[in-house]
Amino acid sequence: MEGPVKFVYEVDGENFTSAGEASISIKKNLRLLGYNPNIIRRVAIAMYEGEINMVIHAGGGRATVYIYPDRVEMILEDNGPGIADIELAMSEGYSTAPDKIRNLGFGAGMGLPNMKKNTDEMKIESVLGKGTTITMIVKT
Amino acid sequence: MASYKHSVSLNEEKCHGCTHCLKHCPTEAIRIRNKHAKIDSTRCIDCGECIRVCPHKAKKAVYDKLSDIPKDKWKIALPAPSLYGQFDNLEDIDYVLEGLLDIGFDQVYEVARAAEIVSDYTRRYMKRPDVQRPVISSACPVIVRLIRLRYPFLADNLLPILPPIEIAAKEAIKEAVEKHPELKREDICTVFISPCPAKVSYVKNETDGKSNVDFVVSMSDIYFELLGVMNKDESPAPVSKAGLIGLSWASAGGEATAIFNEKYLAADGIEHANRVLEEIDNGSFPELEFVELNACPGGCVGGVMTVVNPYIAKARIRSLRRYLPVSQNKAPEDGYTIPESVMSDYSDAPYESVSAFSSDREESMRMLHDMEEIRQKLPGIDCGGCGAPTCRCFALDVVRGRASLGECVVFMREELENLHKKLQENDERR
Repeated sequence: MEGPVKFVYEVDGENFTSAGEASISIKKNLRLLGYNPNIIRRVAIAMYEGEINMVIHAGGGRATVYIYPDRVEMILEDNGPGIADIELAMSEGYSTAPDKIRNLGFGAGMGLPNMKKNTDEMKIESVLGKGTTITMIVKT
Repeated sequence: MASYKHSVSLNEEKCHGCTHCLKHCPTEAIRIRNKHAKIDSTRCIDCGECIRVCPHKAKKAVYDKLSDIPKDKWKIALPAPSLYGQFDNLEDIDYVLEGLLDIGFDQVYEVARAAEIVSDYTRRYMKRPDVQRPVISSACPVIVRLIRLRYPFLADNLLPILPPIEIAAKEAIKEAVEKHPELKREDICTVFISPCPAKVSYVKNETDGKSNVDFVVSMSDIYFELLGVMNKDESPAPVSKAGLIGLSWASAGGEATAIFNEKYLAADGIEHANRVLEEIDNGSFPELEFVELNACPGGCVGGVMTVVNPYIAKARIRSLRRYLPVSQNKAPEDGYTIPESVMSDYSDAPYESVSAFSSDREESMRMLHDMEEIRQKLPGIDCGGCGAPTCRCFALDVVRGRASLGECVVFMREELENLHKKLQENDERR
């Protein structure tokens, strides 16, 4: 077998309740590979936060996951409004989530920081009005 | 884990090989092979869902029979609080307790009393600033096993206090020896009256004499015995010492509300519980202090060894607990300490991945890759016709060499149609 195993998940922006399903699915697949539970957990958390973000801010998007022998790569792409100030967005507690989302207990401004904390590498590319692509790597 | 003793069994003669249990097993532990259900014991968590849904009564809970209890011993009944909800028009719990003595027990110790002691200890434990939150109840053995198998990180969140069944056995033995100093431990026999098979497994698997519960009998067996003796005119002696909190443990939310902290969550039914664990594992629910999870719908009243509808039992218990003191049993000592003797350690449980393909990473990757390829050939309708609960599970089985692609009826039909088409084309060409 050459190259990584690839999984693609469409994250439905219309359906808030389905956010988190890609995270569960990727977790199941990593369990099959017998990864250390700590690594599985980090991938799952990063993925979960990423999915939630795409649903809250961008009306959904696409998550592509590549599993390599030595790392898991997650690419989250959306066509949302983009992030104006990435540094500010990365600071803990900063949030632009609407009130209805906060009432659900989300939007505490911990999403991006949590993604950063649980991954070994994270890159944010964002164009205002066009969308955001986040690439995260967890070394295994 | 291979030596784990289960208490769910199959009667092959009654099993038709239908897909009811297959589709309901929360850990995907069942496959239909040769027209019979097969349970993978490494994955089974003894939740009893398959017993609940089997239309042919082929799945059975394994438990001790009343006749197994040695007659010559000092027999102590440990009734679970859910037992009280089984009886129609029950005015007082004492009728049940006296009934247990009438059918041959020498002593009764209500598990509801022990539950109040556990609640008291839990409140003490929750005051500690350094505990891993949310604290997850360890009273339901199905949840404990599920966490051990699937959520190794949440093992530290499990309440490290012995479950009520265990505290009840200890306290009952202590009481027996105080009243009858001539009794030795081996003269005493503790019998838990259980609503579920998971408690049977719990006792069977507490090896090295760790559990003080000697026998676990089915609530439905005891129910019919009790019905025969409970129709008495004279009122029973007032012996019950359980309060509102102890009785409330019988249904979902009872344990959690007894913590006196509103930041709690109580979920019942194995699917809901699983989903909650999944979310906590993902780091959600930051605000929660306590999480009570019950595998059975409605809580222990929903166990498969009970008799009545769980919600009816719950309503009955609600009326029985009315006018009872909030709690009649307290943990001893100063109000702060939790003695080692009531502690239970869940953090040492070794995590064994029951899912992993292989210990070799390269090989696992290859298998995952193959699995995805197979999955794309499958219809994705999860019909269960192949004997696996989902197309994904079937793909897994194929990769593991436990099934072959031809067993998928939908795939085979398409193959046949294609073949048929080819033959027709050949004929036309001739």
